[in-house]
Amino acid sequence: MSCCEATLDNPSSTKDASARLQNLVEERLISSSQKLDKSRYRTRFIVPDMNCAACIGTIERGLADLAPVEQVRANLSMKTVSVTWDSEKGNGNHITHALKGLGYDYHLSSDETSDATEDRQSKRLLLSLAVAGFAAANIMLLSVSVWSGADAETAHLFHLISGLIAVPTVVFSGQPFFHSALRALSAKTLNMDVPISLAVILALGMSIYESLTGGTEAYFDASVTLLFFLLIGRYLDQLMRRKARGAVERLHSLAARGGTLVNKKGKVSHIALADIKPGMKLRVFPGERFPVDGLVTDGISEIDRSHVTGESEHVLTQTGDLVEAGALNLTGLVDIEAQTSAENSFLGEMRKMMEVAEKGRGEYLRVADRMAKIYAPAVHLLALISFVYWMIVTGGDWHTSLYVAIAVLIITCPCALGLAVPVAHVISANRMMNAGILIRDESALERLAEVDMVTFDKTGTLTTNSPVVSRAYNIEHSSVPEIRSLASKSNHPAAKAVCTFLAEKDASPIDRVKEFPGYGIEGLFGSKRVRLGSTAWVSEISKGDISDNENYSVSFTIENELPTHFDIEEKLREDAVSTVRELKALEMDLAVLSGDKIEKVALVCQQLGISDYLSNQKPSQKIEYLNAAQHKGRSVLMVGDGINDAPALAAGHVSMVPASASDVGRYAADFVFIRSSLSAVPQAFKIAKLTSKIVRQNFGIAIAYNCIAVPLAMAGFVTPLFAAIAMSASSILVVANSFRISFQSLRNSEVSGDGTIKLQELKEEIVR
Amino acid sequence: MNHLLFLIPIALGLGLVGLLAFVWSLKNGQYEDLEGAAERIFDEEST
Repeated sequence: MSCCEATLDNPSSTKDASARLQNLVEERLISSSQKLDKSRYRTRFIVPDMNCAACIGTIERGLADLAPVEQVRANLSMKTVSVTWDSEKGNGNHITHALKGLGYDYHLSSDETSDATEDRQSKRLLLSLAVAGFAAANIMLLSVSVWSGADAETAHLFHLISGLIAVPTVVFSGQPFFHSALRALSAKTLNMDVPISLAVILALGMSIYESLTGGTEAYFDASVTLLFFLLIGRYLDQLMRRKARGAVERLHSLAARGGTLVNKKGKVSHIALADIKPGMKLRVFPGERFPVDGLVTDGISEIDRSHVTGESEHVLTQTGDLVEAGALNLTGLVDIEAQTSAENSFLGEMRKMMEVAEKGRGEYLRVADRMAKIYAPAVHLLALISFVYWMIVTGGDWHTSLYVAIAVLIITCPCALGLAVPVAHVISANRMMNAGILIRDESALERLAEVDMVTFDKTGTLTTNSPVVSRAYNIEHSSVPEIRSLASKSNHPAAKAVCTFLAEKDASPIDRVKEFPGYGIEGLFGSKRVRLGSTAWVSEISKGDISDNENYSVSFTIENELPTHFDIEEKLREDAVSTVRELKALEMDLAVLSGDKIEKVALVCQQLGISDYLSNQKPSQKIEYLNAAQHKGRSVLMVGDGINDAPALAAGHVSMVPASASDVGRYAADFVFIRSSLSAVPQAFKIAKLTSKIVRQNFGIAIAYNCIAVPLAMAGFVTPLFAAIAMSASSILVVANSFRISFQSLRNSEVSGDGTIKLQELKEEIVR
Repeated sequence: MNHLLFLIPIALGLGLVGLLAFVWSLKNGQYEDLEGAAERIFDEEST
């Protein structure tokens, strides 16, 4: 396809134009890079396929040798490669070319800035955690000696030292809570952070007062340990969110970030995506995505339309063809006339549909937030009641009253509650990861556990994308090499199935191959015509008639010889049958929503034993079906893969896609399973169910602890020692309970043990 | 009791050393890519 580039760049000389093209591509690279100084840049590439040690080595060594490159560092956790390069020493295009040349697809990291902020926040949180940990350990050390009966003078000294450690710690490490509490208060609401901040600050203030006035009881250890425990929960929560976000970043970026405008004189310039209007002439370079829907006016190229069709086959596109926004231009330079603005393009419409569908889901309230809604006001109320009660009982002794109220605040502080959800979720996410399931959304685990109905898409989900030959007729009498070589000339799924079926056999030369859409493929073998295609079409040239009641998928013949027939069937995805059985055993209702023809859907459903199916479903109909089911109070898990499923994936209560799904499909889904077996569906459900059980148990533990501790605190029996022990004990109990998720066996076997699968993957990696 | 007081700054000092070591490793980017670090030992050429 290299010839096209020369013919297309008609303005001035070819050399000139190609240089300009190079500059344009580099400009774009620079626009998404971080500028270090005059000519040096740092660019972050997202490389989704980087997944092992060998890949790191290949990429790092492959890029390090290039002239402009100063430093390369691959990050396997984030699937990114960060390259520092100097634009004076060489063109940045070399980097992208080299990366492509090594066989890795990349996206440019889209929002460098927001990512950097998040990174900083996470680091800051970790630092706060470390400082709080250090302070908590040291203060606890001092407190232990006070509790074990140090004399008054030593206790006083130790309190002062504790105070000196505690004050800066609270000021530094408490900020995440203080900020969040202030935000909540200024919005006139209450969140969990309000009682936390109040407890920490009041306890600290009270303790300082006590120490300075020679009192005996100080809560320095309680306020710092409280921060420490809560920061652990906060950090785990953030970790989970980042993991989920990493997956999003890897899977998104379908949309082009801008386009190249060609004006009437043939000059090219960069144009922002939002400024593209219908009628504009745009140029799309190889390796770029089409920014809007357009009509090809010049050029010929292969494009990847897998985001529309789900088919990974590349499509040859030439003048007069329509292309959808988001399609990837692979081989040639193409000029298009924009048909839509970015907003109304294929991608834009799809996005709008998904946004509407996702609205309902956005209102989902996570368990922890639901708890906080009840918990925070309750805590304040209890503390206030204690204060008022003690004021009355002691006849206005504000010191004692305040002391009791603070004890209540500290005791009720949601250490265990703050840890209950994050710890369980992180452990559960890890277990899923080991089973080959990635979580894309934080609240997805909770939603998955509520599911009582599963709907499947058919093609690509229940079945694999490539059909197979189930039976061949009369093959022993026919010339296999001709069939194979003719079949290999076509990209039709049926031809490919035949080709795979005969993969072991020889091929023989066939000339002048021509495809007849809707019929089949024809060629010349010597002087004889050969045909592969629909039975009726093939029998036109074959020997002997074929009666009408014989119904084959594909036939082949050499002119005036007996035909060969093949039955072609969709292949069920690995473990589809056992998955359906397992889901039924879990008392789920199953349904199939397919865009395919009724016969095909019926056949597959019959094999699987699913009685509820709908065929010829458009994306909007799928949404209607899901919404209707959800109105009836069902929680539906949608499992699909194509872009036509994307709105339905967003509309379902929770959704899951195989890794082979279209990008848009993965973008819309909550879970992505990376192994080919469908058994990931019941497995994910079981893990989610187990997690939700453990989370509930954790809440139970936390509440039971409060039921015992709060009355004691209100009665004024709580000492700093008691608070320290109760707080730690409940937190440890919750964490220990959460770890059960990682080793508790799930009922029904778990995909024949993880070990065998890992071994298999390892072998595959070695082969690669 | 008083002759044991010197233990307090030592305890605090040791804790502080640990904290500073952690802060250093955090700033140094030791936690940037935990998975990658685990995999890199398999890459013979880079050692």
